[in-house]
Amino acid sequence: MQFGIFSVSDITRDPVSGETPSEAERIKAIVQIAKKTEEVGLDVFAIGEHHNPPFFSSSPTTLLANIAALTSRLLLTTSTTLITTNDPVRIAEEYAMLQHLAGGRMDLMLGRGNTAPVYPWFGQDIRKGLPLALENYNLLHRLWREDVVDWEGEFRTALQGFTSTPRPLDDVPPFVWHGSIRTPEIAEQAAFYGNGFFANHIFWPTSHSLRLIEFYRQRFEHYGHGTQKQAVVGLGGQTYIAKNSQDAFKEYRPYFDEAPVYGHGPSLEDFSSQTPLSVGSPQEVIEKTLTFHDAFGDYQRQMFLIDHAGLPLKAVLNQLDLLGEEVVPVLRKELASRRDPESADAPTHQGLVRAKYGDEPARQPRPNANRGDNVTGASPYQDSDASAEYPKLV
Amino acid sequence: MNDPAGQAATERFRLVVVSGGTSDPSSTRLLADRIASRTGELAADRGESVEVGVIDLRSLASEIATAIVSQHIGPGLTRAVELLGAADGIVASAPVYKAAPSGLFSSFFHVLDNDLLIAKPVVLAATAGTARHALVVDEQMRSLFAYMRTLTAPTSVFAASEDWNDKALGGHVERAAIELLLLMESGFARQIRDESWKSYQHEYGSAGGTELDIDLSSDLMRLATGGKSVPRQR
Repeated sequence: MQFGIFSVSDITRDPVSGETPSEAERIKAIVQIAKKTEEVGLDVFAIGEHHNPPFFSSSPTTLLANIAALTSRLLLTTSTTLITTNDPVRIAEEYAMLQHLAGGRMDLMLGRGNTAPVYPWFGQDIRKGLPLALENYNLLHRLWREDVVDWEGEFRTALQGFTSTPRPLDDVPPFVWHGSIRTPEIAEQAAFYGNGFFANHIFWPTSHSLRLIEFYRQRFEHYGHGTQKQAVVGLGGQTYIAKNSQDAFKEYRPYFDEAPVYGHGPSLEDFSSQTPLSVGSPQEVIEKTLTFHDAFGDYQRQMFLIDHAGLPLKAVLNQLDLLGEEVVPVLRKELASRRDPESADAPTHQGLVRAKYGDEPARQPRPNANRGDNVTGASPYQDSDASAEYPKLV
Repeated sequence: MNDPAGQAATERFRLVVVSGGTSDPSSTRLLADRIASRTGELAADRGESVEVGVIDLRSLASEIATAIVSQHIGPGLTRAVELLGAADGIVASAPVYKAAPSGLFSSFFHVLDNDLLIAKPVVLAATAGTARHALVVDEQMRSLFAYMRTLTAPTSVFAASEDWNDKALGGHVERAAIELLLLMESGFARQIRDESWKSYQHEYGSAGGTELDIDLSSDLMRLATGGKSVPRQR
């Protein structure tokens, strides 16, 4: 079981101090937050992707590569990578590069993005968002698994004899999570490929997320990747912790009340009793988080949203201390004691390498010398299948 | 009223009143109640019965506002959705303040899933301080319910202050009630559900969380599992 934090990268006015951080301040802060995530003993840090103010994270792989260089154990991921407006070829290239630089300490979560104006900035149309996401992933999946790809689809120019470089680290593609709240097609795609499924689990009651996760588990088994219990499930959640319940509510309330998306809506009391939000003492947060396990069974990754809505850096770092010292160690122990040995392990690069190669050495692709066909060659690497056929260009 | 042979002959209809009235007592609620109780009497005459549930929007006002701005559906609203989802017929009654059904009334229907009320019989009713608002029911409320794909009764009922002591109002109530009863008796909504439900637009989890069928043979599902999308139209 992995525990971590995820951020959407909003730059929001602190409603208590009245200050809005600059982009520079917020970007510096997020690196500090990520480093602290490792220091307090959490496992995962995730950053979102947005292309409009008030967000700063347009280039997640650049940020994550920087964090990778400053940490040694932390697993880096996204929440989410836009599989709609990014060219899947660029995702394949950028994230494979990140995978090398991070020594395999990364994976990624794919999402569609729901801001309509962003799509045309990248030549796309939100009305085609779902087929775009599905088709783009089909291509991404192949780009990381086949040295040479011929491909034709509806949304992108065709590829002939294309090799995405660098090849994934150890020739093992990064683990992929498909994030969705209510789209069965996304759960089906995750199940079909044996990938992970992530429920954001922020706005809606647990029962709501449960239906799609159960569907994903059934389909995961249907496609022969393992039993339902071996499907790989991640959950979001959000929390604000203080030594006692009253202080937690008092300190968090001004941020909750003005939070983007649900601010000026439900009361903090209603929202924390009717959704996965847990506000309270460490013990209360532990108890609420354990109810997720009651509902979903064993799952592999729990992410918390703690860095948002204008909360100052100091408060976020304090949340990390409380998570790392008082909440997560207890959760690890409790969940380990409840865990069914049949359940999947949390995905890591080492695990995927072991699954692919056992004790054998991993493949390390070395390019062939240029034979005049290095742009569209069918056998770009020294160990490429020598009998590979050249693509027909007609 | 059971038939002596012991067969379940009593048709029992679930009628839900949605009232946007804000005072207590409210003339908007009163008008809806008159239609509902008259429907019940007519049903009783025919050996049927009507069970009436009431959704007073006044008590849901903050949950409706919250749902509009944050998509968070509170427990009262959840209960209202369950009632409407199970309803055989609906009386929807709005106060008119400014040449439109009240914002509370409209907002409630705006947060419902598009497919929650498909083919359900509905009688529309409205109250106002002046007869100048009379066309609001047929020109505005009827189009809202057309969007919701309800089976709206031909007669709608409007009551301005001066109508309350006019015999004609009773006549309108009578007409609307019999229309509503006949529409419920027809079983139209149930038949649509059985025979044509899929031809309407749904989302996973819509219809108040009851629409959970997943069509694994759709074009998108084929694409999700590595297949080709629909060929581009040239």
